[in-house]
Amino acid sequence: MTEITEPQMEMKPKQDLGVDTFYYDNSIVRMFLIATTIFGIIGMTVGLLVACQFFWPELNFGIQYTTFGRIRPLHTNAVIFAFVGNGIFSGVYYSLQRLCKARMFSDLLSKIHFWGWQSIILAAAITLPLGFTSGKEYAELEWPIDIAIALIWVVFGINMIGTILKRRERHLYVAIWFYIATFVTVALLHIVNSMELPISLFKSYSVYAGVQDALVQWWYGHNAVAFFLTTPYLGLMYYFIPKASNRPIYSYRLSIIHFWALIFIYIWAGPHHLLYNALPDWAQSLGVVFSIMLIAPSWGGMLNGLLTLRGAWDRVREDPVLKFMVVAVTCYGMATFEGPMLSLKNFNAVAHFTDWIVAHVHVGGLGWNGFMTFAMLYYLIPQMYGTKLYSKKLANAHFWIGTMGIIFYALPMYWAGFAQSLMWKQFTPEGTLVYSNFLETVTQILPMYMLRAFGGFLYLAGVFVMVYNLIKTANAGSFIPNIKAQAAPLVKAYKPDPSEHWHRRIFEWRPINLMIWSLVMVIIGGVVEIIPTFLVSSNVPTITSVKPYTPLELHGRDIYVREGCYTCHSQMIRPFRSETARYGEYAKAGEFVYDHPFQWGSKRTGPDLLRIGNKYPNSWHYFHMLEPTSMSPGSIMPPYPWLYEQEWAKDMTPNKINAMQTLGVPYAEGFAEESVADAENQALSIVVDLASQGIEVKSDKEIIALIAYLQRMGTDISKIDGLAAKN
Amino acid sequence: MGVIYILIGCSLLLASSFLAAFIWASKSGQYEDDYTPSVRILFDDETKPNDQ
Repeated sequence: MTEITEPQMEMKPKQDLGVDTFYYDNSIVRMFLIATTIFGIIGMTVGLLVACQFFWPELNFGIQYTTFGRIRPLHTNAVIFAFVGNGIFSGVYYSLQRLCKARMFSDLLSKIHFWGWQSIILAAAITLPLGFTSGKEYAELEWPIDIAIALIWVVFGINMIGTILKRRERHLYVAIWFYIATFVTVALLHIVNSMELPISLFKSYSVYAGVQDALVQWWYGHNAVAFFLTTPYLGLMYYFIPKASNRPIYSYRLSIIHFWALIFIYIWAGPHHLLYNALPDWAQSLGVVFSIMLIAPSWGGMLNGLLTLRGAWDRVREDPVLKFMVVAVTCYGMATFEGPMLSLKNFNAVAHFTDWIVAHVHVGGLGWNGFMTFAMLYYLIPQMYGTKLYSKKLANAHFWIGTMGIIFYALPMYWAGFAQSLMWKQFTPEGTLVYSNFLETVTQILPMYMLRAFGGFLYLAGVFVMVYNLIKTANAGSFIPNIKAQAAPLVKAYKPDPSEHWHRRIFEWRPINLMIWSLVMVIIGGVVEIIPTFLVSSNVPTITSVKPYTPLELHGRDIYVREGCYTCHSQMIRPFRSETARYGEYAKAGEFVYDHPFQWGSKRTGPDLLRIGNKYPNSWHYFHMLEPTSMSPGSIMPPYPWLYEQEWAKDMTPNKINAMQTLGVPYAEGFAEESVADAENQALSIVVDLASQGIEVKSDKEIIALIAYLQRMGTDISKIDGLAAKN
Repeated sequence: MGVIYILIGCSLLLASSFLAAFIWASKSGQYEDDYTPSVRILFDDETKPNDQ
């Protein structure tokens, strides 16, 4: 109890009391809050646009820069790293100063952090529509931006750790533990997953291939959810719910268990994104087991948040801030119950590749992250402007519009996902697929896509109501850029009492140790799953007939990656009768050993493409890419006319071959020099074939390279005796 | 599949060390004051805006 610093605010500072007077930096918090709001609106608007493209493909305006495959990554990057990212920084910069009773370590670092992060977002907003992408979901940004992210993240870390080290409160509140774990783990995930070999300023290849790339990517992808969308927001929950309700957290003890259990278990769960995929079974099973265990810490945390409000539910009725928080935490609870359920193989068999997953992540994104951010904004803006919220009525209106938005978003997507999956799996009594034309299962759920877009529109409309309310609030008050605070300094030469337990000293009082131990905890899971997949060759049985791509196919593959085809098409046939009957032989791990990066995909808006090679003539692909509805009436795929005008980058060919050789793809020695001629020859053979169908096209157009890749895809395996593709 | 025995051994070792750490930590009383920190954050050290 001696640690409690008596509130000194009413006293005049006296020298003999040894009380420090210092100022909290509110302006940096405000800067991040403004960025949060602006990028929230931008990210959600792009989201609404891509949602509408599902039923109005024309909404790409006929240009490549606004076509789904390119701006869907823009939407995800904007809402995750720009909206939620800035939200994290706002909350951390506000709460960390107050929890540590100290101003941020360095105003300069705060500014570098802010402007650095916004420049990264700007760079993302320019490069993603231009098609510069690494082709790995939620990690699409190319290598120069990846490096910038790592550097700015370290600036954030130094600023945070520096603040903790100069704190005036010895005990580190649990929220800070979550911030520290966020910092170390995101750094680890980002660096490991972004290992790529650059071949030009904006093009690189993942150093991992196929199965390994998939495992690393989903170890990253899942833990981006865990350590970017969850742990920092749990830290914010542990700070803002008690502050907004003026009640201590329900159980501080539970929060400690919550912390260690959550960060330890979360990191193992990545493989549940690859169930029934060509990932070794043992890794899938580990992912499932740990995903189920995750219910315990997740719900422990959720209940800790909700029970903080026990006995104060009348205030929840009155206070919009608490309302938003309650729905946020409830959505967190729903999403973290659903997540483990979806990780069960039998659930996953139905839900994977469908809109069910889209609904799941949006309950988390719109509910947990979105609503928690809005709560924070409604709490902080009046606070920092020294005034009251302009209109509670408007905030309540926002609350209901937003909640309706979430419901209108999620329910149709659940319905769509379930309906479509059952249609994929339905057989006639004679044993053939009832809906053998994939398109039938798409047109069936178009009304659901419309309802989803309406839900997104409502949610976005609510944000505009909030912006108006907050601007009015800001105008009514006057901003306090630096707010004075007083607290006693820590005694410098602190000698821990030997009777006190080592855990207190190591884990709670020493931030660096806390950081290291968090790192150890999160490394265990990754090491156990990733290292054997790389080192034990039996995990990826090689198939002798699988050969490297030709130079032209490699160009085509890069175009496939650039256009973001993986955002709608998988390359992963699961070993189910319904899938092998529809698409052909199921996917083998050994088929992907030359895929840098892997392109398995996670969503089937269109059919799987793994066995597309040799399924249709070249001319079919030529017409289909030019106008999808000409070959598949009713298709919602946009046309790609620019592929018929742009030329594949002939002069890059040797570079690409050299890079692949560096990554271990066994091209013959000196093949790079012949690669241009090889590519030209292959292109000519396709042009000749197309000419025989009466199509005139030059051999240097991108469509030729893309056709070469599509016709190659998944065909190597059919050269094995007795494994002829079943279709 | 022989690796499964190593895996089982490793996981048992890991789990039992966590359990031991937990039992030891709670028995040695480090959770004795797990209330104060939660209350302490409710106090503000900030001066009122009009004090500035």
